[in-house]
Amino acid sequence: MMDWLGPEEWQAVALSLKVAFWATLLSLPFALLVSHALARWSFPGKQLLNALVHLPLFLPPVVTGYLLLITFGRRAPVGAWLEQTFGLVLAFRWTGAVLAAAIMGFPLMVRAIRLAIEAVDPKLEQAASTLGASRLWVFATVTLPLVLPGLIAGAVLGFAKAMGEFGATITFVANIPGQTQTLPSAVYSFLQVPGGESAALRLVAVSVAVAMAALIASEVLARRAAKRVSGQ
Amino acid sequence: MSLSVDIRHSLGDMTVDVSFQTPGGITALFGQSGSGKTTVINAVAGLLKPQSGRITLQSDVLFDSSKRTNTPPHRRRLGYVFQDARLFPHLSVLGNLNYGRRFAPRGHSGRGLTEVAEMLGITSLLQRRPGELSGGEKQRVAIGRALLSRPRMLLMDEPLAALDAARKDEILPYLEQLRDQTGLPILYVSHSVAEVARLAETVVVLDQGKVVQVGTAEQVFSDPSMVRQLGLREAGSVLPAQVMTHHPDGLTELAVSGGHLFLPQINLPPEAKTRIRILAQDVILSREMPKGLSALNILPGTVTEIRAGGGPGVVVQLRCGTDLLLARITQRSAKALDLAPGVPCHAVVKSVSVARHDVGHN
Repeated sequence: MMDWLGPEEWQAVALSLKVAFWATLLSLPFALLVSHALARWSFPGKQLLNALVHLPLFLPPVVTGYLLLITFGRRAPVGAWLEQTFGLVLAFRWTGAVLAAAIMGFPLMVRAIRLAIEAVDPKLEQAASTLGASRLWVFATVTLPLVLPGLIAGAVLGFAKAMGEFGATITFVANIPGQTQTLPSAVYSFLQVPGGESAALRLVAVSVAVAMAALIASEVLARRAAKRVSGQ
Repeated sequence: MSLSVDIRHSLGDMTVDVSFQTPGGITALFGQSGSGKTTVINAVAGLLKPQSGRITLQSDVLFDSSKRTNTPPHRRRLGYVFQDARLFPHLSVLGNLNYGRRFAPRGHSGRGLTEVAEMLGITSLLQRRPGELSGGEKQRVAIGRALLSRPRMLLMDEPLAALDAARKDEILPYLEQLRDQTGLPILYVSHSVAEVARLAETVVVLDQGKVVQVGTAEQVFSDPSMVRQLGLREAGSVLPAQVMTHHPDGLTELAVSGGHLFLPQINLPPEAKTRIRILAQDVILSREMPKGLSALNILPGTVTEIRAGGGPGVVVQLRCGTDLLLARITQRSAKALDLAPGVPCHAVVKSVSVARHDVGHN
C-alpha cells in the first residue's frame, strides 16, 4: 500500500491533509463569529465586512496569493512584525499554505454557517434568555447546537476547498517538494515533466477519494445533526 | 410581590401608554389583539425596550429610562411562558426542564423537578422529544421549564390561544393549581373572557394602547362600557357564588348576594366557592315579579345605570345584592318599562355558566 505512491507523492498528500486540517480548524471560530455578526448584528461597515469576506471568491486566486505575499512576506509590514514578535514565518512555508487555504475557503464556510444561523428562530434565543441564560450561554447552549448541521457543512466545504487550493498557494508559498508542495501543486509539477503522467493520475485518484470521503462523511454527520435539532 | 408598570412606546402608528400596578395573584392583561398587551408583557420581560418609563418589581427597578437602567432579561428572573411553547428542539423534555433549572439561583427553596413534573402531569413524557408532544403537552412542559428557573413572577402570553377547546380544558386546571398552590404572582395576557373570568384576581383592560379599566374581574366585567369592548356575545358580568345544595332532580342551588340560582348539576361540593358568568344577552328585565314563566332564576335588583350604544339596544346595569349585573335590552323596552337609575326591577336569567373552580376549597 505504502509503495503504491512514491515518497514525493506521499509527502504532497500528507502536506495537503495537514494544511487542510489546520486551515479548517483555525478558520472555523472566525467563520462562526463573522457569520453570527453578519446574520444577527447590525453595525456600521457590515456591508464592507461582507464584501471583504467574499472577495477571495471573486478575485483570481493568483491575485489573492500576490496580495498575501505583499502583506505577509518576510519584508512586508505584517510579515516582518509576525516574525519579530512570534517568530512566525508564513511566506514559502507550509504555515503560509494554511493561511492561503483558510482565506480561500473562508467565504464558503461563512455562507454555509450564516444560512444556518439565519434559520435559527430568534424566539428560542429569547426564551433561553428569559430562563436566565446570558447572551454567551444562549449562544453556546441554544444557537450553537442548532447551527451544528450548518457548521459541519461549512467545515467540510472549507476542508475540500483547502485540499484543492492551488493558485493562491503556489503564488504565496511556491511549490517546494517536501516543504510547500501540496497535492494540486504536485499534480501540476508532474504534468510539467515528460513521463510524469502516471504519478499525476495516482494523485488524481487520491484527490477523488478524499473528496468523496469528505462529502459522504459530511452528509452523514449533517443528517444526524439535522435530525437532532428538528425535535424528533 | 407587586409589579409596577409605567411605560410609553410607539410602534408605527400604534402608541402604547400604560400605567398599572399588580397586587399579586393572577393579574390579567385583557384586550383585543392590537391593544398593546404583548408590547407590555415583552417590556416587563426585558425583550423590548420601551422608549420611556419605569418598571419595578417590588423594590427592584427593572427599567427606568430616566436613570438609563435596563436589566437584561436573563437577570430579571421572570419566567415567561409564550403562546408557542418555544421548547428547545435539540433537547428532550427532561433537557428542557433542566435548562430552566440550570440558571436558577442556588440555595433557594422551591419545587424540584419531580414535584413540578408531577404537578403538571408530564412525568411520563420526560424522555420524549418536543416534536413528539401535543400542543397541550408542549405548553405544560414550557410552564414547568419556566417554574424550575425559580422566577419571582410568571409571565404568560396567551398560553392557551393556540390550543383547541379540549386542550384548553386540559391545561386550565394546572393553571388554577399554580395559582392556588404556588402563590407565584402571574401576569396573564389574554383576550378570552372565559379564561380571565376563571383565572384572574385583577384585570387590567387595554384598548388601543391605553389602560381603560383596572379592577377585579367582577368589577371590570360588570361595567356597561365593556359591552362595546367585548361585543354582545361575550359581554356579561362575573359574580362570586357559593354552592348550597345538590337537589335530587339534578339541579345545583347556588347562592349569590342577591338570591339563589339553580344550575344543571355542577361538579363542586356544598359550600365550595366559585364564580359564575351571566351574559348580558341572557338577562330579561321585568318591573313586576314575573309569574307563569318557565325561567327558574329571577333576581330582584335596582337599576344603577343605563347606557345607550349605537343601534336599537341599551345596556342596563343592575345592583342585585352587592353584585352588579348587566342586561342588554332594546331601547323600546327600556322606554316601555320606564327604566331609570333607582328603579327597582327583576332580572330573569336565562342562562348561567360556571366560570371558575376554586380548587383550594375542594
